[in-house]
Amino acid sequence: MKKTYLAIVLTALLAACSTTPTSAPVAEQTPQSAAQPAVVAAAQPIVNGNVSAGLYPAKGVGGALGDRSVFYDFDNYTVKDQYRPMVDAHGGFLLGNKAAKATLQGNCDERGSREYNLALGQRRADSVRKILVAKGVSDNQIETISFGKEKPRNPGHDAAAWGENRRTDIVYQGE
Amino acid sequence: MKNKFLLQLSLLLLTLLALLVTPLVHAELTLEINVQGAHQTPIAVLPFAREASVGNSVSKVVGADLARSGLFTLVDGSDINPVPSDVSDLKIDTWKTRGASYVVVGNVTEQPNRRFEARFRLLDANTQVSRMSLAFSGSNEQYRLVAHHIADAIFENITGDKGVFSTRIAYITKNGKARSLKVADSDAFNEQTMLTANEPIISPRWSPDGTRMAYVTFELKRPIVVVQVLTTGARKIIANYKGNNSAPAWAPDGKQLAVVLSKDGIAQIYLVTTDGTGVARRLTSSSSIDTEPVFTPDGQFIYFTSDRGGSPQIYRVAVTGGDPQRVTFGSNYCVSPRLSPDGKQLVFVRRDEGAFHVVVQDLGSGQTQVMTESGLDESPTFAPNGRSILYSTQVQDRGILAIVSSDGRIRQKLTTQTGDVYEPVWGPYVQ
Repeated sequence: MKKTYLAIVLTALLAACSTTPTSAPVAEQTPQSAAQPAVVAAAQPIVNGNVSAGLYPAKGVGGALGDRSVFYDFDNYTVKDQYRPMVDAHGGFLLGNKAAKATLQGNCDERGSREYNLALGQRRADSVRKILVAKGVSDNQIETISFGKEKPRNPGHDAAAWGENRRTDIVYQGE
Repeated sequence: MKNKFLLQLSLLLLTLLALLVTPLVHAELTLEINVQGAHQTPIAVLPFAREASVGNSVSKVVGADLARSGLFTLVDGSDINPVPSDVSDLKIDTWKTRGASYVVVGNVTEQPNRRFEARFRLLDANTQVSRMSLAFSGSNEQYRLVAHHIADAIFENITGDKGVFSTRIAYITKNGKARSLKVADSDAFNEQTMLTANEPIISPRWSPDGTRMAYVTFELKRPIVVVQVLTTGARKIIANYKGNNSAPAWAPDGKQLAVVLSKDGIAQIYLVTTDGTGVARRLTSSSSIDTEPVFTPDGQFIYFTSDRGGSPQIYRVAVTGGDPQRVTFGSNYCVSPRLSPDGKQLVFVRRDEGAFHVVVQDLGSGQTQVMTESGLDESPTFAPNGRSILYSTQVQDRGILAIVSSDGRIRQKLTTQTGDVYEPVWGPYVQ
């Protein structure tokens, strides 16, 4: 493996304090070896299942199953009534296709704390999960994750972009 | 969902794949300073005799540090000829005439193996009394660090507070999909990359001794907490439970981390050991979001963000458990608590009429002060001497870093040429 070395200065080398000039005791500054590749590759994804293509409803095509997103108000995770038929339709699909698995991805707009938004995104995903589980869908078919404010669908900085980014997406594994 | 092999492979890859990048000579971040109404002490930092022999100007870095603090103005001494080596060569009346209250005179001596020693003296221009005489040494490549230590010593001698010029900061940059965790000197020079990934990286936190960094990475497509050793790049997974693993906070002894896990449903605070062994101990038990833990300097309490009262507010709980007490009031959005080094002040982000500001709250009196005028402020963090606060904000739709002094008079901006920079965190003093 190719090795690179870098000299990160980690320890204060110096110190010495007196009223007359003195030479400072100096710690050895041996460059720290760092035997790592310079390029960082992301680890392999571990969430993708083996669901074959076609085992999930087509996106954006007719009816409630074609929709995949629930939208929210600021700092809120309540699933509004208008999204219930869509979530119910996906619940019906999962009940009828036990091999299908869905990931619920919670997202937030860019305002406020990244960590609080990460937790809020989790709550949003969980709000959809609770509806599905109440319909009888097995917990094994559902995974919830949050991207917080880290993966905005709309990169804008206005109210329209924010509204688009406060969202839970229903994503079928394998699609 | 995942088998053991994949998990172990992932861990192996994570451990192998941390990075290192050659230090850059020039600052990637550009710094801009704005001082309003602060008293500035005039000081002349004269060129150090023979400093060209090591190829760099130590004295210029010292001067730049002091000027950047906002507490000093530089009296130009670049025209002095010949350059004095010590007080015996110095005509101090010249500098008093030029308006300097203090004069720094010094010299550089080359040492074997591309090393050097810098000696300097700080003089009071009015009394002509020598206030301090010191020597620091380092390798020629470390001339900026040597200069930062000299500036720290001068700053402490004159102001009574420790300087933070030799400390470092960490932050995240984003260009397109590429995020990088970076570390730089507090003047934004010597930027180095700890990790680059095409997935989010958030919440970097220095270990108390400055040798390790805990942070949250989405490299496994969901947030997990890792700790990386700065010198080697070696990484260890600290929390990789089902759901979200995030918001690491070091206990002052460096042996424990508070983390936020959603493995039991909703985000809650747990305590884990920093060697990655042992079981996570649950600290909070609520049916609400509990996140962003931070230890008090004495390690006895944890401040955190919770929406248990219906809106996110900051609470305090003993590390041993018990009922959390609410700390913030007056807004329906108070997040991202951090404590001053003396534990007496809380800095956090508050939403006021739609704008997100950095606010400092005195924990004794409860009084609050809004520190910023921008609108999308995040991630405030105190300098290790408590004199200033580093945070991120947006200017013209781009993420930048900014620093405000605790009295609000001195403001600095740190911007990148392209992309966004955010999640800053100020590192500790290094022994």
